[in-house]
Amino acid sequence: MKAFKACLAGLALLGLSPAAMAAGGTMPLSEGDAPLPDWPFEGVFGKFDQASVQRGFQVYTEVCAACHSMELLSYRNLGEPGGPFYNADDPEATEAAVAEFARQYEITEIDDYGDEVARPRRPADRFPSPYPNVQAAAAANGGAIPPDFSVIVKARPGGADYIYRLMTGYPSYEEFQGEYGDELHFNDDHSHGVLTQPAGLYYNPYFPGDTSGNWDGDPRHAPAGGYLAMPPQITDGRVDYMDGTEATQEQIAYDISQFLAWASEPKMENRKSLGLVVMIYLFFLAILVYFSYKAIWRNVEH
Amino acid sequence: MTDDKDNKPPNEDRRDFIHIAAGAAVAGGAGALAWPFVAQMLPALDTRAASSLEVPITGIPEGGEIRVLIGGKPFFIRHRTAAEIAAAESVEAGDLPDPQTDEERLVARADGTLNPAILVVSGSCTHLGCVPVGPGSNTGEFGGWYCPCHGSHYDTSGRIRKGPAPTNLPVPTYEYNADGSAVTISL
Amino acid sequence: MSGHESTYKPGTGIEKWIDARLPIVRLVHDSFVGFPVAKNLNYWWTFGAILAVCLVTQIITGIVLAMHYVPHVDMAFASVERIMRDVEYGWLIRYIHANGASMFFLAVYIHMFRGLYYGSYKAPREISWILGVIIYLLMMGTAFMGYVLPWGQMSLHGASVITNLIGAIPLVGEQIKIWLQGAPSIGNATLNRFFSLHYLLPFMIAGVVILHIWAFHTTGNNNPTGVDVKDEKKDTVPFHPYYTVKDGFAIIVFLMIFAGFVFYAPNVLGHADNYIEGNPLKTPAHIVPEWYLLPFYAILRAITFDIGPIPAKLGGVIAMFGAIAVLFVLPWLDTSKVRSLRYRPLARQFFLGFVAVCLLLGVAGASNPDDIVIKTGEDTLRYEVALEEAPEAVAVAEAHHGKIVSSNSERVIVDFAHYEDAVEFAEASGTTAEATVKHHGLTWLPVAQLLTFLYFAYFLIIIPLLGLIERPKDEPESIADSIHKSNGSADAVAAE
Repeated sequence: MKAFKACLAGLALLGLSPAAMAAGGTMPLSEGDAPLPDWPFEGVFGKFDQASVQRGFQVYTEVCAACHSMELLSYRNLGEPGGPFYNADDPEATEAAVAEFARQYEITEIDDYGDEVARPRRPADRFPSPYPNVQAAAAANGGAIPPDFSVIVKARPGGADYIYRLMTGYPSYEEFQGEYGDELHFNDDHSHGVLTQPAGLYYNPYFPGDTSGNWDGDPRHAPAGGYLAMPPQITDGRVDYMDGTEATQEQIAYDISQFLAWASEPKMENRKSLGLVVMIYLFFLAILVYFSYKAIWRNVEH
Repeated sequence: MTDDKDNKPPNEDRRDFIHIAAGAAVAGGAGALAWPFVAQMLPALDTRAASSLEVPITGIPEGGEIRVLIGGKPFFIRHRTAAEIAAAESVEAGDLPDPQTDEERLVARADGTLNPAILVVSGSCTHLGCVPVGPGSNTGEFGGWYCPCHGSHYDTSGRIRKGPAPTNLPVPTYEYNADGSAVTISL
Repeated sequence: MSGHESTYKPGTGIEKWIDARLPIVRLVHDSFVGFPVAKNLNYWWTFGAILAVCLVTQIITGIVLAMHYVPHVDMAFASVERIMRDVEYGWLIRYIHANGASMFFLAVYIHMFRGLYYGSYKAPREISWILGVIIYLLMMGTAFMGYVLPWGQMSLHGASVITNLIGAIPLVGEQIKIWLQGAPSIGNATLNRFFSLHYLLPFMIAGVVILHIWAFHTTGNNNPTGVDVKDEKKDTVPFHPYYTVKDGFAIIVFLMIFAGFVFYAPNVLGHADNYIEGNPLKTPAHIVPEWYLLPFYAILRAITFDIGPIPAKLGGVIAMFGAIAVLFVLPWLDTSKVRSLRYRPLARQFFLGFVAVCLLLGVAGASNPDDIVIKTGEDTLRYEVALEEAPEAVAVAEAHHGKIVSSNSERVIVDFAHYEDAVEFAEASGTTAEATVKHHGLTWLPVAQLLTFLYFAYFLIIIPLLGLIERPKDEPESIADSIHKSNGSADAVAAE
């Protein structure tokens, strides 16, 4: 039994050390940061808040989709369990809603005469991309290609937290007595000085990068973060929520992060619920086999 | 074995039960685990979603047909001439290898009327799945389709008339759109 | 596959008929049912069976994934996400496979440390050990090529870094690299061949596993005392049911940890960058291999200096492969006659130190070599001023509380603790040099170098030397004897 405990301890140690390392890679939270939301999809029993996923999808459609593709998503995904259009009580209504939504967008096909013809999209079709190709995307955005959003939450250390922070983290006009594309004056406990934003780029304390090149203060206290080509997007009232929720900046950031978390891992709820069954099964199986083991070895001195 | 049992101490049965229960639990778990590995061979969600298609029918010339692929399966949409319709309707269904009237092989439009000019059938020969040839090539002895693989002849209603194929070309699930200018075929 | 006398007795006529023609049932029976195993094996010995489960799991899930995966640079990434989204239970099977690799390595490391601790590599089990090291090498190759397949950013650039290592080999390296990649760079040809080999290697592993089992079934298992079996009746029990049930229990506990990762933290052992599709024009900020290869990555990066005629780049590659190669000769490096470290208290201390060195090498491999491990002072602002530009730099620096780090007739290096002082110095001296931030402390690089030295020293100095100078404790007469003694003392403690 002693050896067994040692074995478990060893497993735990070896198992957790890389996990701890991976966790260390997430964004550090400094004192001035506003608290992060409590994501309902975290934890063993975590589930997406479907109303929020719905609002987040509205934000994506009305704001993000102008530049960011979601190439791996099809309209039918919207009606799958957990998706924004999913209605467990009425699968037909779900299907109809998805089909109606998809119809708003057109797709070009080659007809029998070799001509390009447009037809409305069907649920099986993918989301349209805002740009015809990456070159067009780069050219329209000063060389920076807006990342695809299909798996963005899994593709960023910090996941939904990172998206939320990035959306709410742009410095506000009042705070910096300046204009975007201009100078940002820092005068807090950590940093004193002026940060000049390069043309066409926008400072965000949560975007990975290095600000020291454009910082005129103490280089040891250059502001955290970096510059990105996307200007601030999410402001109070940027969208008019269909369900009447007040569209504060925090609410919009919360909803879009949740929608993107769902899009990145649409099978998350299946995974966690199946996981619970598996864990309970293994737990009871371990007890059964342990007693079987004890019974078999009872007469052997070892 | 019975001798052993008699010699066992009283709690031996309980111990046997533990082994049987543990073994059964392992077997049950292994069985449940097998399911995902079986299920993954089923058509994936995207494959299933891509299994319907809307086909415009107004452009099909009389006496001609168009061929479409839905989920990799071929379908024929034929615009029949008056003579072909008459030929299909005049046959006594009872005499056929796979008895079916022409009317049974049509689907009503949105207003409830039939459109005998348009025939929609599967494009896989019911014998071994070859794609029969049709108008413009060789329509066989009965003016419908002819399967060159093993010589099955289909009539202008897609019914088997001669050759090894056991049944008529199946009519897929389809429906007309509101103005009757297109059909949506589903697998 | 076993050195002991067969205990198989065909019962029915059919069994006798088969046994006379192809004694396969007898082979299985003698290897996994009747095979006599020392009765004192502890839970560390269950990892062999756990590894068998890992291999089978990886092969089955891998075959299934290959049914849906598309090995093409334009489609690989999307095909993996299609598995996650559209294939029935595809998310489950892929997460089992991805985390299964980590579980496999976790188990193999425990298995290897167990072999090191109990002297399982010593005569007459050298071939078992060497076959084990070959399995480990094959596992690393398989894991590396498997990591390339999703065609994420880490896949692409990790593969690029590792294949470039081969380019360090003098004369032929560059040619071998191109041959391996099938192109001047990592591309579709590389992806296709890696997919093919990733599918092949596990079956080679399975083959070597059979040899591995054959070898230690010929010599008999080692056991925690390291003492040979003297009396089969007193010292051993048949493998089934005694060890099938014990291994079974351990496997279930292991599966619980495995399932914990698969269902609740499926991406925690991976890297976020690998969910970005591979882009040859953009390298991720930090390229790190999967956790199980980190110690070797640390050794690779630790060699930053030329060793005689060997350039640093090649030196790193040699050190990395040497770290595994040394395991092959371990049976002949160890001079001690005593197998188990139970009876070698001094060697046990060194062993624990070695385990710590390996874990720390892993941390070093995950860290940036220039990052500070132990901070010795606050960051300062450093100016490096050419004296012809500012001849009075030393005097001005001293006037502004600067700390002269070094100065000669050409230049002066000076540190400032306060930003204001540094600004005043720059103005007063008229230098055009920019201040850089100087961190004070011990960086990971020398730490990794020390750890690399300790890793090799353990095998090449400590193990050979300990056997000569250490006086081991008395080994028990037999396995049965050791069990009797330890149970006796436990009883005595209980009686008090």
